[in-house]
Amino acid sequence: MMAAAILAGPHFVLMLAQFTGEHNSLHAAGPQASHIEWLYWVIFWITFVAFVLTIAGFTRAAAKSHSSAAEMLPVSTDPEGDRRATWAVGSAVAITVFTLFAVLFMSVITGKKVEGLTSNNPVTIQVTGHQWWWEIQYPNSQADQTVTTANEIHVPVGKPVVILTNSEDVIHSFWAPSVHGKRDLLPGYSSAFWIQIDKPGTYPGRCAEFCGLQHAHMGFSIVAEDENTFEQWEQQQLKPATDPGDPNAARGKQVFLTHACIMCHTIRGTDAGSKMGPDLTHLASRKMIAAETLPNTPGALAGWIIDPQRIKPGNKMAPNPLEPDDLQALIAYLQTLQ
Amino acid sequence: MRRQVLFAMFVIAALMLSACKREERELRPSPPASEVVNETQVSGINPGGHPLPGPPVPNMYEESAYSTSEGKRLFSQYNCSGCHANGGGGIGPPLMDNYWVYGGEPQNIFTTIIEGRPNGMPSFRNRIPEYQVWELVSYVRSMSGLLPKDVAPSRSDRLYVRPPEQSMPKQTPTGITGAPEPPK
Repeated sequence: MMAAAILAGPHFVLMLAQFTGEHNSLHAAGPQASHIEWLYWVIFWITFVAFVLTIAGFTRAAAKSHSSAAEMLPVSTDPEGDRRATWAVGSAVAITVFTLFAVLFMSVITGKKVEGLTSNNPVTIQVTGHQWWWEIQYPNSQADQTVTTANEIHVPVGKPVVILTNSEDVIHSFWAPSVHGKRDLLPGYSSAFWIQIDKPGTYPGRCAEFCGLQHAHMGFSIVAEDENTFEQWEQQQLKPATDPGDPNAARGKQVFLTHACIMCHTIRGTDAGSKMGPDLTHLASRKMIAAETLPNTPGALAGWIIDPQRIKPGNKMAPNPLEPDDLQALIAYLQTLQ
Repeated sequence: MRRQVLFAMFVIAALMLSACKREERELRPSPPASEVVNETQVSGINPGGHPLPGPPVPNMYEESAYSTSEGKRLFSQYNCSGCHANGGGGIGPPLMDNYWVYGGEPQNIFTTIIEGRPNGMPSFRNRIPEYQVWELVSYVRSMSGLLPKDVAPSRSDRLYVRPPEQSMPKQTPTGITGAPEPPK
């Protein structure tokens, strides 16, 4: 029985490690996540051993006692047995307490290690939580050198990145499982933490603190790319939107500026400058829309603009019953925003 | 005695049912008609000296605490405060007093937001969706105590120098009916 449990154990662990879901804290992409993953496995093995021992003890006790209720043994005194029992219970308690303190100690050490990433010239990213999307800024002392985008964070591979957090309305929590642990975004309270990603790729994240109706659809992604690509991306994001050459797209721009869009969204280089919703200056460069809910395709974009309340009920974007021609023109314009 | 108890329970149940509505969240709203813009009387001057018989349009959002609080959110996010300063007035007229230059009925305020007014008030036609304009109307009226106390916002997320809308004394609207202007 015990042998079976021990044999099954590694198999079970292997199965666990093979989970290949998108959000996976067991596929660490950087040093912080590696520390957290290490702590996970240490605690896993400790509890696994405790589990096997407990089940083995129960099994042994169950196998030993065949006496039925009818032939109850008389109460007997056995000082030697009492002494042994005291020792057994005492040492079990001591081992448990010691193990718990050891785990606590390792947790604190891991916490320190996760915090302790420093660099003189890191990339700094301001993440602001909104109901229900993420505002991403790359602050710069010169205002016109500040990149503003939404839901899609770009970072250079292998470089420490400082993430400054804040929230506009309620408490959100920033969680990209393969990059770092959860970090709460508190309204009116700025805090900071470090991340570093060593493998290029796209790492998804979620809001991990219930924040209202569309909490479940409040996603973001971190794109880690080599330094040249990152710098190209940053330079592209800094540019204002260019005037569309295509007459249909030019009409779409007028639709944008004369309808409800302009009340909430910014497109740098035009009159639209409201900060209520995501900055759309480079909307077409993003892979997803609506906080990683829909792919950034013309169809999804049109469905989202016409009736966002059907796709994400309760979100802050109003339905826009546009005329078909206006909508087509608007989509054409939005697709020029590379 | 027993019948009285049953009756009382029925009344309480009915009251509780009616109370539910004020927290109802209509996420895909169908707002009241917008034609009121053409029928709204905004001046005390009338042909023949008789006011036009335009009936007041009920604003369904004045029964919804959720919509009124949405109106409050939009009031700050659409930067109404830029001119109306949280209802205290500045560049634009105050909204928490009893004097309404273009009328204080829901359809008057709706028309003012949709059409704009001379000397500064822009037109928000097509810019703000109509249901949101009605939500703003509901909030604007709550600032001078014209909404029921269980609908008006009771507390703000941020610091305000004036009492919450719920505690504002109910003002008797004056302005377009020929009443004298309040002393400046």
